[in-house]
Amino acid sequence: MSGADATADGGGAAVNPAHRLVRARPEPEFAIEVDGGTVPVIPGQTIGAALYGAGIRSWRTTRSGGRPRGLFCGIGVCFDCLVTVNGAPSLRACLTEARPGDRVSTRTAGSGEGDAGHAREGTRSPGGDGAGEGGVGR
Amino acid sequence: MTPDYDLAVIGGGPAGVAGALTAALAGLGVVLIDAAPRLGGQYFRRPAPGFRAGRPGALHHGLDRFTRQCEDLAGRADVLTGHRVWTVERDGGAVTVRCLAGDREERPRTVTARRLLIAAGAHDRPLPFPGWDLPGVLTPGAAQALLKGDLVVAGRRVVVAGTGPFLLPVAAGLAAAGAHVLGVHEAGGRTGLARHPFLAAGKLAEAFGYGARLARHRVPYRGRQAVVEAHGDGALTHVTIADLDRDWNPVATRTVACDTLACGYGFVAQLDLPVQLGCALRADPYGDLAVTVDAGMRTSVPGVYAAGETTGVGGAVLAEAEGRLAGRAVAADLGRRVPPDPVLSRRRDRLAAFARALGEAYPVRPGWRGWLRDDTPVCRCEEVPLAAVREALELGATDARSVKLLSRAGMGWCQGRMCGYAVSCLAGGSPAGDARAGAGGQGGGEARPGAGPAAFHRPIAQPVRLGDLAGTAAEPPRPGPPGTPAEVSHPPTEG
Amino acid sequence: MPDIVVVGAGIIGAACAHYAARAGLDVAVVDRGPVAGGTTGAGEGNVLVSDKEPGPELDLALLSNRLWRELAASPDGDGGRDGTGAAGGSGGGTGPEGGGGFEFEEKGGLVVAENARVLRELTAFADLAGKHGVEHVAVTADGLRDYEPHLAADLAGGVFYPQDAQVQPMLAAARLLRRGAERFGGGAPALRTGVTVTGFLRDGDRVTGVRTDRGDILAGAVVNAAGTWGGELAALAGARVPILPRRGFVLVTEPLDRPLVRHKVYTAAYVTAVASDSAGLETSAVVEGTPAGTVLIGASRERTGFDRTLSVPVLGRLAAQAVALFPALAERRAIRAYCGFRPYCPDHLPVIGEDPRAPGLYHACGHEGAGIGLAPATGHLIAQLLTGHRPDLDLTPFRPDRFEEGLP
Ligand SMILES: Cc1cc2nc3c(=O)[nH]c(=O)nc-3n(C[C@H](O)[C@H](O)[C@H](O)COP(=O)(O)OP(=O)(O)OC[C@H]3O[C@@H](n4cnc5c(N)ncnc54)[C@H](O)[C@@H]3O)c2cc1C
Ligand SMILES: Cc1cc2nc3c(=O)[nH]c(=O)nc-3n(C[C@H](O)[C@H](O)[C@H](O)COP(=O)(O)OP(=O)(O)OC[C@H]3O[C@@H](n4cnc5c(N)ncnc54)[C@H](O)[C@@H]3O)c2cc1C
Ligand code: FES
Repeated sequence: MSGADATADGGGAAVNPAHRLVRARPEPEFAIEVDGGTVPVIPGQTIGAALYGAGIRSWRTTRSGGRPRGLFCGIGVCFDCLVTVNGAPSLRACLTEARPGDRVSTRTAGSGEGDAGHAREGTRSPGGDGAGEGGVGR
Repeated sequence: MTPDYDLAVIGGGPAGVAGALTAALAGLGVVLIDAAPRLGGQYFRRPAPGFRAGRPGALHHGLDRFTRQCEDLAGRADVLTGHRVWTVERDGGAVTVRCLAGDREERPRTVTARRLLIAAGAHDRPLPFPGWDLPGVLTPGAAQALLKGDLVVAGRRVVVAGTGPFLLPVAAGLAAAGAHVLGVHEAGGRTGLARHPFLAAGKLAEAFGYGARLARHRVPYRGRQAVVEAHGDGALTHVTIADLDRDWNPVATRTVACDTLACGYGFVAQLDLPVQLGCALRADPYGDLAVTVDAGMRTSVPGVYAAGETTGVGGAVLAEAEGRLAGRAVAADLGRRVPPDPVLSRRRDRLAAFARALGEAYPVRPGWRGWLRDDTPVCRCEEVPLAAVREALELGATDARSVKLLSRAGMGWCQGRMCGYAVSCLAGGSPAGDARAGAGGQGGGEARPGAGPAAFHRPIAQPVRLGDLAGTAAEPPRPGPPGTPAEVSHPPTEG
Repeated sequence: MPDIVVVGAGIIGAACAHYAARAGLDVAVVDRGPVAGGTTGAGEGNVLVSDKEPGPELDLALLSNRLWRELAASPDGDGGRDGTGAAGGSGGGTGPEGGGGFEFEEKGGLVVAENARVLRELTAFADLAGKHGVEHVAVTADGLRDYEPHLAADLAGGVFYPQDAQVQPMLAAARLLRRGAERFGGGAPALRTGVTVTGFLRDGDRVTGVRTDRGDILAGAVVNAAGTWGGELAALAGARVPILPRRGFVLVTEPLDRPLVRHKVYTAAYVTAVASDSAGLETSAVVEGTPAGTVLIGASRERTGFDRTLSVPVLGRLAAQAVALFPALAERRAIRAYCGFRPYCPDHLPVIGEDPRAPGLYHACGHEGAGIGLAPATGHLIAQLLTGHRPDLDLTPFRPDRFEEGLP
């Protein structure tokens, strides 16, 4: 997936077309810990972007319906993307810049207890090419 | 107590930066406050320095100019990035701006100024539909922010849908950054732009420019189509795209496999802070709300100015013009010699008229309500389905506020920012109509602090830790309006 | 023509309509706004007996407490059927189906004392109330944590009041109206929103209906349940009923993953201040969790007219008091604050009864900070009056003309 490539290859030259577009020469990436796993970050990225870039699309479940949530508005107004960082609860992943050594836990306020919304188990975007346009309904 | 600054500007987008710079150049003591770590706002959102982008302007028109303005501003004003404003108060001749500094170890910080310019921008306006809360569905603004700020491409196979010209740069940006954009589905008529006489010039060319870029990446741009359902088990796998009639009722559907949907129906100005201060609002013909301003961008509240999307959604160029006008007006009002600039004023008027026409060319049509099913969540935060909103209406709710009180729609984390528009419409009105009704009938609807539209009534604009709030306890409470005697105490019957 | 017209679709109007319909009357309810759009939609849902001194208000509160339980238990619930609906996905209280469809929770109140002297006064206060039917349990300093594990450590003890309960006031108003209509009335109470009463229809002195911006409504009697605006309404009938606004702010936190606060918790400090004439702002935070996971911290009391401007220091005091009780709250965030205007009379008692100056006009307003708690009793008593029954309580302390000069 394009976003994952962006970081997984250590900012490798010209791999990510978005990087190519703006002629980025990213500084060396660092890793943050997300529910025990690691996610690569380019310095300055938000936690939400790093997760999305690593192909992790959801990292929280809702309080009552247990529905998965990740990024929605991207700019801090929808609060779908809440995470706990180094023990500090209810931070918006889309606003919070990742720092080396961060430990992100996705059991945040607003998620059900004992939920399955860990990044590791969270929803990942499809890796391979999906099918083409589907059939015509009705 | 003398205020810290002559002018406090909230918002570091094109409007706020232009306003701050103009005022600073006129000799005022200026502070600019923005929640983001870097200036830019939404349009000029720039990659973090860690990317060492050699050509950041590839994603924006006019970035160089904006960057120069930021550099000019740096030496002339205090710039507080990473500061979220959670409330503003006005007391006689000064405003108090209360911020939280830092994105995690928050520190409260209070700034006072003689004048306030609010340039807080807008956010996307989503409409609910079945599956809109699936991971992989996001707003066009979110896709754009990920790309511009973090160089993350939102997905691999992406559908862009909704209404308004903003869909075009989003699709073009995603395509240029390597995503396979399967289509741009504009619910309005595709020719909406060209029909209006205002739109024959200027922006239309830009629309065509995007047209060429989309064509280069073989991205189809379809009118009268919408995504009416998103599917997937835990994450998006495909969407249902419908052909629409004039009123947006689906007439035929097909499904398309995709991993990402960027979907939005225009923008909503962030009015929390102006409403806190009691600024008068104006309803656009198409039902949106914005702060009323005069030719100098003065709001109805003395000492408070507004520019950019706060005064109506109109894009970055208009935002900058308004910021400059506001900066000049503040300087003039504080006794600086600022000659009028009729060219700038005319430019602003022209751009604002264009923005209004654009808004009218892309209205939200009522048929979207038919896309919803009983169990479709209308409010994402509190997970309130359509059935519960209907039940609230049956129980006697008549507007967004009373639907909220009876169903919890809009009571959660986002405080109705995402669902407010939809709930107002489902209640049979519009945010503008709710504004006219005032804050729940409690003492009329005229403009004064807290009396604005219930849908925008957020006395706490950003979450604030109780510990930080407790720190303000020592301040003396402001006296009530004259003539209200102090009251005899009584046991708190409800606390 | 309805037997009665109730003006105001807040909790008091809803309760009056409900009990009147139950008593077999045809009821119409009009409100200029939506249902529960006035103070009922701007307060909290505490149903308290713990905070009242022996006297007429406590008698009213105890009767009301019993009636709330009855209403919540009543099996007719259109609430029971679809309580998940309007309560939202996360509502529910004693379970989504329970709570009468309005999240009734019998959670109990815990009043804590910060030192030994206050504890003595609190205990004396509770013992006295006990003689009038208020159930209570003394709690030692160590025992406090069994009730509230996250409570601050330095408290001297407290009293637990099992009868203290909670409702979701807006749902309660809406459901009571609905139930009155579905189950008891002959097609009534008919709710008409968006109708403003502008005057009264009179036959001599007698009130025979209301004049509204949408036409006249004739009725056998009119109930003034206009809350904070009850004085204005009474004035339209030429009767003086002094009801004034008393502002209150409430703070709401983010939804918490785990309940931090189980009961209604507040400090006993006010007990010592009952008789004092402290001026201006008064805050005494009641802290409680809601079924939605949020913690409500309310409420301040000030007389500032109808001024909705946020007062940061007032919120600051509420926050400081809540954090003093539950230190862990310091790290949690407030996401919302709102304010409302309690309807209050100079003697802090509600106005309940027929107005001798305008026969046919019954007042049910001025419940100040306890209108939610006192609603069912008020409705029940008004229905008794309307149907010519002897009210269960002596209404003399609540009579509408008690503020006239020359009266005792
Ligand atoms: C997510 C998003 C992406 C967009 N991308 C584009 C695009 O690519 N192309 C385009 O033409 N238009 C885009 N727009 C439209 C955009 O709103 C305007 O083009 C332009 O940015 C408006 O400028 P402005 O100065 O009025 O507001 P903005 O640029 O939005 O700036 C407002 C600033 O105020 C700050 N702010 C708001 N509230 C607070 C607060 N309480 N405390 C502190 N700071 C606060 C914000 O952080 C922001 O930086 C986008 C809009 C959104 C919502
Ligand atoms: C912050 C705060 C916290 C509170 N907490 C509690 C608590 O925990 N427990 C408790 O018991 N109480 C509490 N209260 C008090 C309680 O909310 C009120 O006592 C109660 O809601 C009053 O109800 P009401 O029906 O009399 O008035 P309202 O709910 O105000 O209803 C009156 C209605 O009359 C309508 N009206 C007025 N004039 C006209 C007219 N001319 N024509 C048509 N309609 C008209 C209005 O639109 C309104 O809907 C609190 C109050 C506040 C402000
Ligand atoms: S994605 Fe909306 S707040 Fe972070």
